Amino acid sequence: MFRSLALPEYLATIDQVKCIRCKRCIQNCGWGVYSWGWDKVLINTSKCVKCLRCYHYCPEEAIEIRDNPTRYKQNACWGYNNIRNIKRQAETGGIPLTGMGSDLPYPILFDNLLIDACQVTNPSIDPLREPMELRTYLGKKPSQLEFERGADGKPRLKTRMPPQIKLSLPVMFSPMSFGSISLNAQKVLAQAAAACGTVMNTGEGGLHEDLFPYKSNIIVQVASGRFGVNPDYLNAGVAVEIKIGQGAKPGIGGHLPGEKIPLEVARAHMIPVGTDAISPAPQHDIYSIEDLRQLIYAIKETTGYKPVSVKIAAVHNVAAIASGIVRAGADIVYLDGFRGGTGAAPSIIRDHLGIPIEHAIAAVDDRLRQEGIRNEASIVAAGGIRSSADAAKAIALGADAVAIATAALITMGCTTCGKCYTGNCSWGITTQRPELTARLDPEVYAERLINLIHAWEHELKEILGALGINAIESLRGNRERLRGVGLDAQTLDILGVKPAGR
Amino acid sequence: MNHDYHKDISGCGLTGLISKKKRRVSGREIVKSLCLMTDRGNGLGAGYAAYGIYPEFKDCYALHVMYDDPEVRWSVEDHLKANYKVEKIEEIPTSPVKAIPISPLLMRYFVSPLKDKLAGETAADDFVVNTVMKVNSEIGGAYIFSSGKNMGAFKGVGNPSDIAEFFRIDEYEGWTWTAHTRFPTNTPGWWGGAHPFTLLDWSIVHNGEISSYGINKRYLEMYGYKLTLLTDTEAAAYMLDLLIRRHGLDISTACQALASPFWKAIDGMNEGERDALTALRQTYGSALLNGPFSILFGHGGGLVGINDRIKLRPLVAASKDDVVYMASEESAIRTICPSPDKVWAPRAAEPVIVEFE
Repeated sequence: MFRSLALPEYLATIDQVKCIRCKRCIQNCGWGVYSWGWDKVLINTSKCVKCLRCYHYCPEEAIEIRDNPTRYKQNACWGYNNIRNIKRQAETGGIPLTGMGSDLPYPILFDNLLIDACQVTNPSIDPLREPMELRTYLGKKPSQLEFERGADGKPRLKTRMPPQIKLSLPVMFSPMSFGSISLNAQKVLAQAAAACGTVMNTGEGGLHEDLFPYKSNIIVQVASGRFGVNPDYLNAGVAVEIKIGQGAKPGIGGHLPGEKIPLEVARAHMIPVGTDAISPAPQHDIYSIEDLRQLIYAIKETTGYKPVSVKIAAVHNVAAIASGIVRAGADIVYLDGFRGGTGAAPSIIRDHLGIPIEHAIAAVDDRLRQEGIRNEASIVAAGGIRSSADAAKAIALGADAVAIATAALITMGCTTCGKCYTGNCSWGITTQRPELTARLDPEVYAERLINLIHAWEHELKEILGALGINAIESLRGNRERLRGVGLDAQTLDILGVKPAGR
Repeated sequence: MNHDYHKDISGCGLTGLISKKKRRVSGREIVKSLCLMTDRGNGLGAGYAAYGIYPEFKDCYALHVMYDDPEVRWSVEDHLKANYKVEKIEEIPTSPVKAIPISPLLMRYFVSPLKDKLAGETAADDFVVNTVMKVNSEIGGAYIFSSGKNMGAFKGVGNPSDIAEFFRIDEYEGWTWTAHTRFPTNTPGWWGGAHPFTLLDWSIVHNGEISSYGINKRYLEMYGYKLTLLTDTEAAAYMLDLLIRRHGLDISTACQALASPFWKAIDGMNEGERDALTALRQTYGSALLNGPFSILFGHGGGLVGINDRIKLRPLVAASKDDVVYMASEESAIRTICPSPDKVWAPRAAEPVIVEFE
């Protein structure tokens, strides 16, 4: 049998004294690491991805997953992944794939930003005693309003308000398609979105009928493959998103292999069972900003003018692109930073293309303000939001809301092993294998995701209270309340943030 | 974009009065009221604004200008003469005060924009605002600190009684007065940094710290305002100018944008009002002044007092006959009006709007 010269990343080990031969590890591992060898469990450690499913389900704590201590010779230039990928490519001639966001040690600017707090001159506010408002509306806002006085002397709105998406807090779920994740995982997102007053996003995979009851908490996506798109689908949610690009793989399309397209996925995608679902790199009816405008308005016509979001990967010229998108009529600009996750992407693309979300938010917010059109669209920031602090910093830099995907999947058991593209997810998230997806009970895991959102909600309120403000709109774009530590002058200038101490 | 600025922070005391019958009241009253609140200032800034003080030039814009560098005067005057019909140029009358050994050169100009400079639809008010923005942001050492009609601001570094004596406040008579004593915590005194802050006939005195300043500033910049003073008061003044003069909101609606009702209250309103206030918050979220404040703002048609949404700074109001008083402390009112008809503490975010009869 051919044995790869790419070193196994992990060593799965079983303490044979502790092991009671219950075989739960064999049953739980979606990767085929374990098998039964007459009197003990056999281990094929080269298949291990350290998802830790077996570890959590071993009743005797007999399993340990170690990082393989055998490494290539220490070399400051030729890192482990460089050598390993070359060996894999030499064996296969292919493009090494990966899942999740980039794990390379690029600077994370969120970790170089600190939030202000009140002392003496302005009082902090206790969120347990005083109202603290996180409600956020996404959509186009007029630059000014006109009112008249009603017979009761109260103001009446004369201006016609464009449609808005109401969020109880400025955190939403990023697009993940049925196909890239399981239906049960989508149900977790939908149930949690409904319970928390936010929205989930179908991604490019159509809408399964089981999600119809959640339509007021769903954004439907139209991407380059146009899978699942029909007038009913476009009208099935609160808004429609046109996906131009994704932070993890800017400029390239997507490929859901036929093996991951069983009947249910095929129906939602509206394609035959077992055929590859290929999303081209560009949308073939959008080769310019004018074309985008036509699609935006075609969708608006179809949906009775629901808000249209345009999702782009954060790339070098993101500010000018976003400005064009707003002028083309989008109600929401969804920015996905290069650290954003993916179900499958070439690792060379994921790790080397795009820019961080922090720069993108600052550049886009600045540009839209310079052009006097910031009110014309909301900004959603995604791609590496790990905590409520990241969310607060993104909002202070200028985002209206953030979107999370990886954080939501972690509540379902994900350990960011990064092997989503294989379809073997032992947690039942990024797989369509029925024996694996059955593990993800939507009710049980929705509760965990709801817990996470509520926890972030409390944390955001504490942050606002410490800042002495009681409405999220007073944090939005309020870069005065951020300070940079360890950032160079030019980066501070781009972020529009002062260094700590100033 | 300019982000590397140092914001000015101060605590304060404020007081104001208005005669609803436009009866002109001597400045002596307001000085007495302000001087009572000694704990609320530290002698690093005080000021007064009065309406109805220039009846002989009531149709001209009265520009009060301070020159840190007297040489700059000529370039400002060249600019004014090129764009305005100048009715009168004079030094603002002052008296020597021992506690104020140095002061900037203080001039006032009664002007009206030249007709041919008002191109197209540009209103005279916009033209004056542009002049104020230009001089204050582009001409170093010159600062227009008052630009309304038949009104004026007088302010400087010093305690309230010295500033009053210096500007001879007791010699003016006005139907609306506001006054301010300052307790700056982080800036050396600068004459321009004292209150009231004015633009056209808006005048603001403010006690508090607006914690949302960063976004308020950036929002105003989108509409062409240049925030040169870096004070909360300046932001509040421009916000009122934007909402009321440029966007045409009435005063009470503008107040609801600056100190919005909570969503909980809005959700419980009748449909029409709910839609109106929901849209107001959606559209003017960046105009919300968040953080502790009480503000008095005077304008050509009256006087308004307002608090932040959870009343983190004091504001007391009282009325006696045709006069309404508002101040940080009740004692500041009672020292000039010992037995008012009514005294009340306005609730959080509920403006006291007084208009002339």
